[in-house]
Amino acid sequence: MSLSTAAYDIALSLPAGVTGLAPANDNPVADFSDTPWWVALIKAVGVFVYLLLSTLLVIWFERRVIGRMQQRPGPNRNGPFGLLQTLADGMKSMLKEDITPANADRIVYTTAPLIAATMAFVSFAIIPLGGTVSIFGHETPLQITDVPVAVLLVLAVASVGVYGIVLAGWSSGSTYPLLGGLRSTAQVISYEIAMGLSLVAIFLYSGSMSTSQIVAAQSSLWYILPAFFSFAVYVITMVGETNRLPFDLAEGEGELTGGFHTEYSAMRFAMFYLGEYVNMFTVSALATTMFLGGWQAPPFIAAIGDGALNGGWWGLLWFTIKLWMFMFFFVWLRGSLPRVRYDQFMRFGWRFLIPITLAWVVAVAFIRGAQLGFLGQGTFTIGGRELSVATVVIVSIVAVIALAAAWIWDDKRAEREAAAEFNPPEEIDPFEGGFPVPPLPGQRLREPSGLAVGSGAASREPVTSSVTSTLTSSPVKEETHG
Amino acid sequence: MTSTAEAVGFWLLAPIAVIASLGLLFARKAVHAAIGMAVVMIILGVFYIMQKADFLGVVQVFVYTGAVMMLFLFVLMLVGVDSSDSIVETIKGQRWASFLLVIGLAGVLFFTLGTVILDESTVQSGLDKVVETNKTTGNVTGIAELIFGQYVWIFEITSALLITAALGAMVLAHRERLTPRVTQAQWAARRVHQNKNVAGLPVPGVYARHNAVDTPALLPDGTPSDLSVSRVLVSRDQVATTTALQDVERHMENEIEEGRAK
Repeated sequence: MSLSTAAYDIALSLPAGVTGLAPANDNPVADFSDTPWWVALIKAVGVFVYLLLSTLLVIWFERRVIGRMQQRPGPNRNGPFGLLQTLADGMKSMLKEDITPANADRIVYTTAPLIAATMAFVSFAIIPLGGTVSIFGHETPLQITDVPVAVLLVLAVASVGVYGIVLAGWSSGSTYPLLGGLRSTAQVISYEIAMGLSLVAIFLYSGSMSTSQIVAAQSSLWYILPAFFSFAVYVITMVGETNRLPFDLAEGEGELTGGFHTEYSAMRFAMFYLGEYVNMFTVSALATTMFLGGWQAPPFIAAIGDGALNGGWWGLLWFTIKLWMFMFFFVWLRGSLPRVRYDQFMRFGWRFLIPITLAWVVAVAFIRGAQLGFLGQGTFTIGGRELSVATVVIVSIVAVIALAAAWIWDDKRAEREAAAEFNPPEEIDPFEGGFPVPPLPGQRLREPSGLAVGSGAASREPVTSSVTSTLTSSPVKEETHG
Repeated sequence: MTSTAEAVGFWLLAPIAVIASLGLLFARKAVHAAIGMAVVMIILGVFYIMQKADFLGVVQVFVYTGAVMMLFLFVLMLVGVDSSDSIVETIKGQRWASFLLVIGLAGVLFFTLGTVILDESTVQSGLDKVVETNKTTGNVTGIAELIFGQYVWIFEITSALLITAALGAMVLAHRERLTPRVTQAQWAARRVHQNKNVAGLPVPGVYARHNAVDTPALLPDGTPSDLSVSRVLVSRDQVATTTALQDVERHMENEIEEGRAK
């Protein structure tokens, strides 16, 4: 209910930046004309170092924060505040014995961690880390490259990266890794659809799939507001994509020991570890870019000094802050949620996320169509604000449908809950099913009929009384024995 | 005509693509064939991007990696770890018919491709057109205009055909359940009713020195219990023997009864 009213409010209060016509061209707005190859190389190395340092830091951060959530200190021995713990762990994994199981498919077994680790880095090439800056006299955007299909590229690279996990599971030649690999396959196939669909709403709003243009289109309003539902779906699916709790079914140490990486050790294991954390940064960076305005400063800070803090190298700071908000969210989830059961996870993806995201995309398409004037140009004025008739009508229809759906869903849930509330009958026949069943708390046992049929009245009396006496005294007996 | 970068990329990747596609045909393990297919698809995507078709290239990678992943699932679930192809002809004359069709297809391909004349100016003008479209309309919008404008009917008919094929596959593969599904609670009740294995089947033996899943549990009299091992392991002939373990047990019993041998 709150969902639909929020949509209504937001769509009515859309400022000019979003209601305005989409740009005629979907090409990137970032200008790379003044970027010689060596500047691009410097940026690439910079991003690589940024990611490696962030990974070192985030593993320490995660362990410390989870420690705090579980009321223990976390790593605090190596370096100040235990900051060098991750470095020490990395060194240790390099020196450990590298084991290849006898049944493993050797080539694939070695390639799998390489795929998982390298693919994680690729996507960051199209993430804009900041505005246009000057590097050694060259004006260049703080982004390695941008293409008209940048966001799709991230999805494509992610789907290649999953091959690392699947192949690791298959090539280990043992059961737990195979199960982990299969789980991860099914997980990725199901959740990538919902993820792609949730991003379609952003493409519709910004009119482009290039990251620089999506960031530029959010200069007046971050897409987390008009596309709030997409944001929710994306956040759920990004946890599923990165195999993190509560969706870490491919590892599931309680069920599958280590899942796909059970057989891996030393540096090859460290590569999976690195890949997982870099992937977390990649999906968080994409969420920042798509929904939180990318490198742009938060609205109040952007207003200071006519946008003095909203561009250039300052962008890197805002981007990093937003990125780490998502990382904290990941850690928080891990600290508070148990693992989801596998069939529930699958049902949630197919039966809920995909259909409802599809409906949301259709709704957004109509809202955008109305805003761009495809459904008529009529306007009317309420309280000094000019509103488009088509937009108001479409938003009202969407709101009514969402309201009705929420209402029906709520009713059904109440019905289900009522049906699930099991009231045990006051009396039970302990031998009804053919074997003895003890009574539930507060239940009386039915007098056994037909027990003494055929025998005399005199002999019936003691039999029933003895039965009832043992039955009534049974709870007391259980307590004394129990 | 082709830039240096494009030529270098082509001559680096094309041999890999050819090797991978040959691997798809000749690989012994089905999973290796699937990997070969994935490699071919990804390299094709890269080729499209080199030809300035960004959207097509990325979608090629995106869609086909997912499709090959499905193939993986089928390979692992349906083919199993060790199975050989059945060479029984279920439809009479099937082999000859398919042979004729293959010859026909090869002939058609040969004669149509053989008559195509690729001259440099046509290719160049086509490439120029793509570059021009990318610059003015944008690559994605350009493809959208083609799909939802000029070729909208072909596109819609193809999608209808694909949906029909998917539905048809589902209908053909669907098997009607003849009896109602037995729930876990019903199984438990049935076991109690029949008074057989009331507490479930015995679990396989847990021995400190042995991977236990394939080792049958020992009954009180020392004989191995067939019920305790998975029937998959039995049919694969992977059940371990328990004689060595029984020997140890007998030895210990002797020790207990007759005292340690001096």
